[in-house]
Amino acid sequence: MFYREAGQFRTTYQADNQVLPIRQDRVGMMIILAVAFVAIPLFASPYTFSAILIPFLIFALAALGLNILTGYAGQVSLGSAAFMAVGAFATYNFMLRIPGIPILLAFVLGGLCAAMVGIAFGLPSLRIRGFYLAASTLATQFFVVWALTKIGWFTNYSSSGVITAQKVTILGYDFTSPASKYLLTLGIVCVMAMLAKNMIRSNVGRSWMAVRDMDVAAEVIGFRLMRTKLLAFAVSSFYCGVAGALYAYAYLGTVEPEAYNLDLSFRILFMIIIGGVGSILGSFLGAAFIVLLPIGLNMFAHTLGLPTSVASNLELMVFGALIIFFLIVEPHGLARLWQIGKEKLRLWPFPH
Amino acid sequence: MNFFFEVLIGGLLSGIMYALVALGFVLIYKASGVFNFAQGAMVFFAALTCVSITTEFGLSLWLAIPITMAVMVVLALAIEKVVLRPLVNQSEITLFMATIGLTFFIEGLAQLMWGSQVKRLDLGIPDVPMQSLLDQFNIVISQFDLVAAGICAVLVTALAFIFSKTKIGRALRAVADDHQAALAVGIPLQHIWAIVWAAAGFVALVAGLLWGARNGVQFALTFVALKALPVLILGGFTSIPGAIVGGLIIGASEKLAEVYIGPMVGGGIEGWFPYVLALLFLLIRPEGLFGERIIRRI
Repeated sequence: MFYREAGQFRTTYQADNQVLPIRQDRVGMMIILAVAFVAIPLFASPYTFSAILIPFLIFALAALGLNILTGYAGQVSLGSAAFMAVGAFATYNFMLRIPGIPILLAFVLGGLCAAMVGIAFGLPSLRIRGFYLAASTLATQFFVVWALTKIGWFTNYSSSGVITAQKVTILGYDFTSPASKYLLTLGIVCVMAMLAKNMIRSNVGRSWMAVRDMDVAAEVIGFRLMRTKLLAFAVSSFYCGVAGALYAYAYLGTVEPEAYNLDLSFRILFMIIIGGVGSILGSFLGAAFIVLLPIGLNMFAHTLGLPTSVASNLELMVFGALIIFFLIVEPHGLARLWQIGKEKLRLWPFPH
Repeated sequence: MNFFFEVLIGGLLSGIMYALVALGFVLIYKASGVFNFAQGAMVFFAALTCVSITTEFGLSLWLAIPITMAVMVVLALAIEKVVLRPLVNQSEITLFMATIGLTFFIEGLAQLMWGSQVKRLDLGIPDVPMQSLLDQFNIVISQFDLVAAGICAVLVTALAFIFSKTKIGRALRAVADDHQAALAVGIPLQHIWAIVWAAAGFVALVAGLLWGARNGVQFALTFVALKALPVLILGGFTSIPGAIVGGLIIGASEKLAEVYIGPMVGGGIEGWFPYVLALLFLLIRPEGLFGERIIRRI
């Protein structure tokens, strides 16, 4: 017996429309947020911040972006890293070329640039679908990385093509310590996750899901296909763009366009497959899994005394095997497992 | 003008090599509706296994090739049993993602077994310009490329024959049309899938050997397979001639673009030009050159 919602009556429309209608869920969420915002910054080590927590949050944001596009609007994309790159390099250029611009505004503008690129490369989705679309999103991936490498203006003509993220300062406070960077990332991720959750619940989200389930039918009942699909591309790219900017500013510090390669796109795709396609919680679970798995495997290989080359190949194999395993056992990912577990606990110890 | 022809022919010949990789995709897609992203990994795996057998055990290449083929058949059977069978009746996109997982697994397996160093492969075909062409037309065409093109032509003819004339070919086409109807008339789905994956493994082996002899057997071979994707988009996922024609167009246009447009924008456009070309083409014909017309009903 986990908890029951018995006795909690919703008597107003407002109460009925809450994101978390059950009191225990609300309390649980408060506790999670309190732990994330207060307890973790107090007790975690700098290594935990920079190697686990910050990448986890950033990947979760990127996965959330891809989940909006793939999970909710049904358009498979293999180019999410490209949108991250656009976000990062656009933010860098705004910071560089407009003196005194607030960093948060630069993040938003960077995200908007990514959204525009997303719309441009989303245009083919109006004509093509399925595998043809997935393969053609690779065009985004290769073109964007090529353009950022070849056109010197984007990297401010740095000879190696590497950019160094400017210092992050908000209201005179320097975000230099790992803990402060973590809090910045956490704040942005929380706000954007909340926005995404509400977008999914609104008519925008419902129109995406209608298009995902069958776009011809959705068009027949009056959804404007072009608007819906391009909006999905724009919003998804915005999320990826902000994640990419954070990847540069809060995580790596110095980045080259090659950091946003096809491999990263695939990793984000795996996060949503393992976490759960079409689930916001799933984006977080998947990101946690993919961030923790290599660390865990490394530790495992280290205790066994395996050489690093063997460990990295084993990591590839375990990755691949897990993807297949999840698709076979639970195509809806960790989020679905969590849901099933919750249902079971709700009834336990009674059979039904 | 000579230079133009040289670039064009060089592009066409490398296009045939792309077509060879694309062929593997088409085979599997046609017969099982699976978009096999792991084809590139299979090319890499086959080439690496073949070379490693010659170097590690000191066997001759002609002995190593059948052994590798046997390995590819085992791999095909394993894939059918472990990956495809539990995923019967899942949506196409699920199967596609499963093959991405498979890609990682095969890449890891290949390098775990044989190491990740670049290995040289010598097929005994000299990579030198054809003397007669050089004398008569003053055009430099590699002998190796011509042999590769010949091998590809033989392979395609054989596959086209098998698909259209034999009993297995008919069964393959039936399965491609409708899994359940094929099952209902008594076609063993599992056998067919194993056969198709083994055939794709064979094509991967040929492609891997040719590409490996060209560029060395290394991890970068998996990226060659990515080049096969625009070929597929252009030619249509279900058409063997489409793969060939698409390969030729992509190969030729990519080389011509690199030589004539490349210098204007800083070079290195080979990486994305085929995709953009294929994309533009899709806007006009969403199902590719030879793909089946997509009819959508509610």
